[in-house]
Amino acid sequence: MSGWLVVGQAALVLLGGGIVGLFYRGVDRKIAARMQARIGPPLRQPFLDLGKLLVKETVIPKTAVAWLFSAMPFLAVIASFTALLYLPWGPFGPVLEGHGDAILVLYLLAVPALAMALGGFASGSPLGVVGAQRELVMLVSYEFPLAVVLVALAWRLSTLGLGPAFSLGVLAQNPLWGAVGPLGILGLAILLVSLLVVTPAELAKIPFDIPEAETEIAGGLFVEYSGTYLALFYLADAVRTVVMAGLVVALFVPYGIAGPLGLRGAAAQVVDLLFWLLKVFFVMVLAVTTVRVGMARLKVDQIARGFWWRITALALGGLLLLVLDKVVMA
Amino acid sequence: MGLSAFKRALWVFHVATGSCNGCDIEIVAALTPRYDVERFGIRLVGTPRHADVLLVTGPVTRMMAERLKRIYEQTPDPKAVVVVGGCGSTSGVFYESYNVVGPVDRIIPVDVYVPGCPPRPEAIIDGVVKAVAKLEKLGAKV
Ligand code: SF4
Repeated sequence: MSGWLVVGQAALVLLGGGIVGLFYRGVDRKIAARMQARIGPPLRQPFLDLGKLLVKETVIPKTAVAWLFSAMPFLAVIASFTALLYLPWGPFGPVLEGHGDAILVLYLLAVPALAMALGGFASGSPLGVVGAQRELVMLVSYEFPLAVVLVALAWRLSTLGLGPAFSLGVLAQNPLWGAVGPLGILGLAILLVSLLVVTPAELAKIPFDIPEAETEIAGGLFVEYSGTYLALFYLADAVRTVVMAGLVVALFVPYGIAGPLGLRGAAAQVVDLLFWLLKVFFVMVLAVTTVRVGMARLKVDQIARGFWWRITALALGGLLLLVLDKVVMA
Repeated sequence: MGLSAFKRALWVFHVATGSCNGCDIEIVAALTPRYDVERFGIRLVGTPRHADVLLVTGPVTRMMAERLKRIYEQTPDPKAVVVVGGCGSTSGVFYESYNVVGPVDRIIPVDVYVPGCPPRPEAIIDGVVKAVAKLEKLGAKV
């Protein structure tokens, strides 16, 4: 593949990811509104919000550590957009296939969270500091179950000997559901559930929105951010939603419908891409929208304890079942 | 993009400067499914840094005057101030009270007054939308 082709594909993926992210945010708000018997904002509302934030004044508080405060929004945007390049887009493999694997995606998902926390610490506002601390607590809470899920899948894949097991492309091409026995299927289902619980936490959405908690710590991490910087965080958040949902899809439901429908060539790719977008959308609605409408905010200690004991135990149980399955099958 | 960007994406911060809570509840009522201000892109935000419009309720008490000024300063430009309720507009029933230094326009510049004790949610939404006109005028000047 020539260099220019990669650059072109990357540009397409980045642009597409940004647009899809913002559009999905609009749909998310619309669905949430309908669930509350409201009419809700128009679907293009996130674009309008972003456009408005860009014309606003951008304030850097006098008490803030200016360079850190202004660098962090850029870091968050860059990291979340980079993660898009390592994500398989339906029928198309990751643009940077072979240059980084699922572990890198995990880190790229953690970087925006760290960037937000650092930005909060640098903002010079006590509320920002509280938000940042909460973000870090969340990070250490959900990273472990997330890693367990990923390691479990990669380990099972490696026992099948199908090439680099941690590569998201390989993981997406070889759904494990068909390769394991009944115990393994149960294990995979459990892992899927724990990943779905981690998803809203990763994205800091209700009930895990303690770092922002605008009714309680006035926007937390973002308390001092305004104008362009806030717009960047807004964009990073929208893109991160796509990445996280895309990760769930790649790990657990990477199936296409073009094959069974008997399509071939370009038509198959278009249909599969649309189907992939639909799956990502479905994961987002399931794990983010419905949960955020249906629940209230949890407390910090409830989240930390819940993830450390319940969800980690759940994920480890899934891992154990996968191992057992392997032992029985062998 | 220009300032017409504000027309459908207005973020509002609510400042209570000694109100009796009546106006504040009417503001909350504007968020409920019955009025649903989100369909106009209006959103209540948690910090003045995110705000385009300040909704001020209540006569300004001595303690709140300084805070009100600071919140006004903290709001990034371009911004508009909407006073909700008779108290904020004229000090209302608290007129000449020993601990009231308001009304609001004695402390910060005000763009729109929404009279009523408390005003209905429709009136508040109308006031916020009128503030857009002011933001756009500001944009024309720039
Ligand atoms: S205007 Fe009436 S309802 Fe509003 S704060 Fe004053 S007394 Fe209360």
